[in-house]
Amino acid sequence: MTEFLQQLLNGISLGAIFALIALGYTMVYGVLRFINFAHSDVFMVGAFVGYYIGRHVPEHTLWGGFLALAGAMAVCALLGVIIERLAYRRLRGSPTLNVLITAIGVSLLLENLGQFFFGATPRPFPELFPVTTFIVGGVYVSSNQLVVIGVTLGLLLALEFIVHRTKIGTAMRAVSLNPKAASLVGINIDVVISFTFALGSALAAAGGILYALNYPSIDPLMGVLPGLKAFVAAVLGGIGNIPGAALGGLLLGIVETFVNGSADWSSYKDAIAFAALIIILLFRPAGLLGRFTTEKV
Amino acid sequence: MLEVTDLSVSYGAISALGGISFTIDQGAIVTLIGANGAGKTTTLRTLSGLLPAKAGKISFLGEDITRLPPHRIVARGLGHVPEGRMVFANLTVDENLAMGAYLQKDKARIAANRDYVFGIFPRLKERLTQAAGTLSGGEQQMLAIGRALMGNPRLLMLDEPSLGIAPKLISTIFEKIVEINRDHGTTILLVEQNANLALEISHRAYVLETGRIVMSGASKELRTNPELKAAYLGG
Repeated sequence: MTEFLQQLLNGISLGAIFALIALGYTMVYGVLRFINFAHSDVFMVGAFVGYYIGRHVPEHTLWGGFLALAGAMAVCALLGVIIERLAYRRLRGSPTLNVLITAIGVSLLLENLGQFFFGATPRPFPELFPVTTFIVGGVYVSSNQLVVIGVTLGLLLALEFIVHRTKIGTAMRAVSLNPKAASLVGINIDVVISFTFALGSALAAAGGILYALNYPSIDPLMGVLPGLKAFVAAVLGGIGNIPGAALGGLLLGIVETFVNGSADWSSYKDAIAFAALIIILLFRPAGLLGRFTTEKV
Repeated sequence: MLEVTDLSVSYGAISALGGISFTIDQGAIVTLIGANGAGKTTTLRTLSGLLPAKAGKISFLGEDITRLPPHRIVARGLGHVPEGRMVFANLTVDENLAMGAYLQKDKARIAANRDYVFGIFPRLKERLTQAAGTLSGGEQQMLAIGRALMGNPRLLMLDEPSLGIAPKLISTIFEKIVEINRDHGTTILLVEQNANLALEISHRAYVLETGRIVMSGASKELRTNPELKAAYLGG
């Protein structure tokens, strides 16, 4: 039982990070109907910004940790807006495949720029937050896990508030449902799309820092695998569906952790995670919370 | 109020509008009638900036709006209730109306507009918290019109408001259109396949045929025009 709870906790804190990244994929898909493959590299940039801020603030402090988090989120929000403005906006209305290839191009560009500026050697990530371990009923709870879960929960609530209780959030949903009708009520689609990129990229940056705190080394290619898994999580939950992305992320994190924890199967953890995806999509092709909608022309 | 001069629109190599000109006077109900594919919807979409004009000029309230994006055209007071209603299906009726007032800053004015919309369509008030996609076709049409009214349009364009609606509700919707025009002074441009109905409530009509205006005049006179009767009014 203790073992189970331990794995569950580890799974939730890994899944929370997948969820944060998955939200960006799903929100951008919601308004633009394409997968922004550069998203996983925004995650990487977030971790590096956290790394550089971390060198200028004292380690093991809450304020230092939150400052790094806020700084990385702000820088990446801006990065996301710039990527959309420079790479994707001109392609609005062109075939999805063109945008997709462009996204892969932006992803490679960011990875190579990362290697150029930061070098390819992994570097240790500073301990931004105070580090302790609690033992609760035999379960080891690290303070970093609490940070991950707390920050993720806070960001999810903030996102929920923005999307459902603010004007720009409602406009986001309106654009995602029907861009033409949205522009006919006076919504500036470009502004909403920029806002969506800012929001998604900020969440990815937070994910990058939380990931780096727990798997404490960073390099320019660190986004590739978590990014892929978060993308899977978004599809699993139903692409375009915000609660779905959060749920998909959590599930994937938990499954992966349990598989990893069993001695016989641990080397197959990625294979099993992706097999789970295939099986779920066989039964629910639109994802767990997704709904099939017929697209009108 | 609205002046369209030599407007041409094409989809790729196919011409949809071949240089049409018409005007709409303030306070009038003007209708654009014609068969399927004549270019009625294309005309409205070009006026509201959803489609680019290939040539020609659209002037609204004395300003050239030909190349403006949709959200800036709406801001100038040109409302558009699109074909097929296009309500935001997963948003509640309340949220749909709030989106209609997206550009309005004056809270008192927004509240007054809501009361105005509920006055015209009391049904919407009963359905406030319901997702728009769960409304009946007629109710969705009411919501689409209400949403456009929330934006304080000076000119309201309606694209096929009778399409896919229970016959019983069609006359209600048309009565409301007249009411909006008469009591609120909103100028109306109505696109409608049901030419009888459109000519009945409008002051002036233009007849479109394969991207050209082939006839125009006072609606009263067109209703008795033998040519038009044969082609559109069922003899």
